[in-house]
Amino acid sequence: MSEHKMKPIWFFVGLILLVIGGLITLNGIYLVFDPPQRVTVLSEMHPDIWWGVIMMVFGGIMYFKTRNQTV
Amino acid sequence: MQAIGLSFIDWTIILVYFGFVLGIGWYLRRFTTSQEDFFLAGRKNSSWVAGLAFLSANLGALELLGMTGNTFKYGMYVAHFYWIGAIPAMLFLGIYMMPFYYSSKINSVPGYLKLRFDEKTRVLNGVAFAVMTLLVSGINLYAMALVLHTFLGWNWDVSMWVSAITVAIYVGLSGLMSAIFTEIIQFFLIWFGLFLISILGIIEIGSLSEIMARINEYSSQISFTTLWSSSSNPTQNGMFIHWGGIVLGLGFVLSFGYWTTDFLVIQRAFSAKDLRSARMTPILASFFKMALPFIVIVAGLIAIVLSNDPKSGFSLLHDGGQINYDSALPLLIARYYPSGLVGLGITALLAGFMAGQAGNISAFNTVWTYDIYKAVLNKKATDSHLLWMGRVSTIVGVALSLVTAYWAKSFPSIMDYMQAIFSWVNAPLFATMLLGMFVWWITPNGAFWGLVAGMVSSFSMYLAVKYEWINESIITMSNVRSDMATNFWRAWWAWLICASVTIIISLFTKKRLKEELVGLVKGLTHENHDQFIPFVKRPEFVALISLIVLIILNLLFW
Repeated sequence: MSEHKMKPIWFFVGLILLVIGGLITLNGIYLVFDPPQRVTVLSEMHPDIWWGVIMMVFGGIMYFKTRNQTV
Repeated sequence: MQAIGLSFIDWTIILVYFGFVLGIGWYLRRFTTSQEDFFLAGRKNSSWVAGLAFLSANLGALELLGMTGNTFKYGMYVAHFYWIGAIPAMLFLGIYMMPFYYSSKINSVPGYLKLRFDEKTRVLNGVAFAVMTLLVSGINLYAMALVLHTFLGWNWDVSMWVSAITVAIYVGLSGLMSAIFTEIIQFFLIWFGLFLISILGIIEIGSLSEIMARINEYSSQISFTTLWSSSSNPTQNGMFIHWGGIVLGLGFVLSFGYWTTDFLVIQRAFSAKDLRSARMTPILASFFKMALPFIVIVAGLIAIVLSNDPKSGFSLLHDGGQINYDSALPLLIARYYPSGLVGLGITALLAGFMAGQAGNISAFNTVWTYDIYKAVLNKKATDSHLLWMGRVSTIVGVALSLVTAYWAKSFPSIMDYMQAIFSWVNAPLFATMLLGMFVWWITPNGAFWGLVAGMVSSFSMYLAVKYEWINESIITMSNVRSDMATNFWRAWWAWLICASVTIIISLFTKKRLKEELVGLVKGLTHENHDQFIPFVKRPEFVALISLIVLIILNLLFW
């Protein structure tokens, strides 16, 4: 086994959820001001905004708790 | 269906995912310097990491498109795959079988057969597993191509080649370690990417009980919303199966055959850092397995309601006059997800397919390298040569799975195809493993010929039904037709034939000495693991909780 110290998997999970959640939230906010042509069922609930925020919070906790850890 | 035009944000999310998994493969490459790193991820994972990977290796095309589609086709009975068809076997693996697997320090499941029986049994199973793995890997490619074709209008061939090359790169770089990393990322992406469908579907229709009530209105004669109460008469449930077929075929043979002997999932437990972590691996995974119906089964039930409501404008795709059940999940994504979430939903599916394929390829390269190449072709291979062979076999395995992907296209439902393959290989193997691990006088010749008889009989039954040489009612003991019921019953007969032949031949052939079997057979091995750990922290206690949850879920949807 290599002697290098490896970042834990939770760091990577947190990072990708944070990034993708952030992209979805920002895009959802943009769509409020510039509604899309393709209207989806329940779009009035803006699921992209609140779901993106949930992803960011979940991913953010994992990322910031593990960013200095190695295994 | 009109292909959905992806927006810039959707493409960005998909590209972020592809860049991420390739980057992880590159990052982990520096930690992959020996064969143990490549094939067993260095044996240093915690039970949580190994447990999530254990579950995620099984969470590919099968769980997503196939199960949602099968719920549309068969109803709530598909939940049996997640509950009775998985949990008892996972707990049995953790409590009783893992100590023998892990403690013998083998690299693969066929490796156990070599220690317990002999080389010929190991090679037979190794070859069968390698072939099965490539076939299953082809399904993942096919399913991925379906998603890209449905959403983006991409060419089938291009879709399959792009995904296959990506998997070949990141598994080739760092083996099981990158496969495990991407499997865990996939697990979270699937929950975040697909669970929202169930939430929005329930909001649109009203409630889960409203969904059940409407399905019962549409189909008053056949139950699509119960688990057991309609199982005494096969004509009264959507799967057209008797409870005996569910319990014996799915709950016992297919489930135990898959979860306790399939190296694809067990390889993840082998990567655990110690025996307790290895035992906890399938037990922790069982909780997540039980939760998955809240994605796939609920989505399938939502699709049934919507397709029976003319005002919803929802209907499944048709291919050549046949309903394409596997299109249910992609169509629900298109219905509920605005741009951005569409990118997430597609990424979740892509992640599932790619991780499923990576799982198969990482298991294939291990079995090929240890149980076929080193065992038969090059017995003196060095550590560095085996590491090289692992990388080469990864690329060859991906290429071969591309070939099998085209075969998978000819089946109307992915799951039926999957069950057919499992009953050829895993069902008989479970009989061999069970007898080998728990009965000391089972002989090498008994195990080998029993395995041959089980595999040949299962394959023969499959051909006989497919080409109508026999009436399938002989196998299912029922007059109503169902591919799934046939698969369950065929698995049961294959298991029974394998077990019977193994026992009979063992009675008349030379037995191994008991001293040679210490550590490999229960009853001959002194088991003192976890004796200093408090009961509430032992795998047995956690398994008990899992079992209680399983019983509650079955009673809830009885």
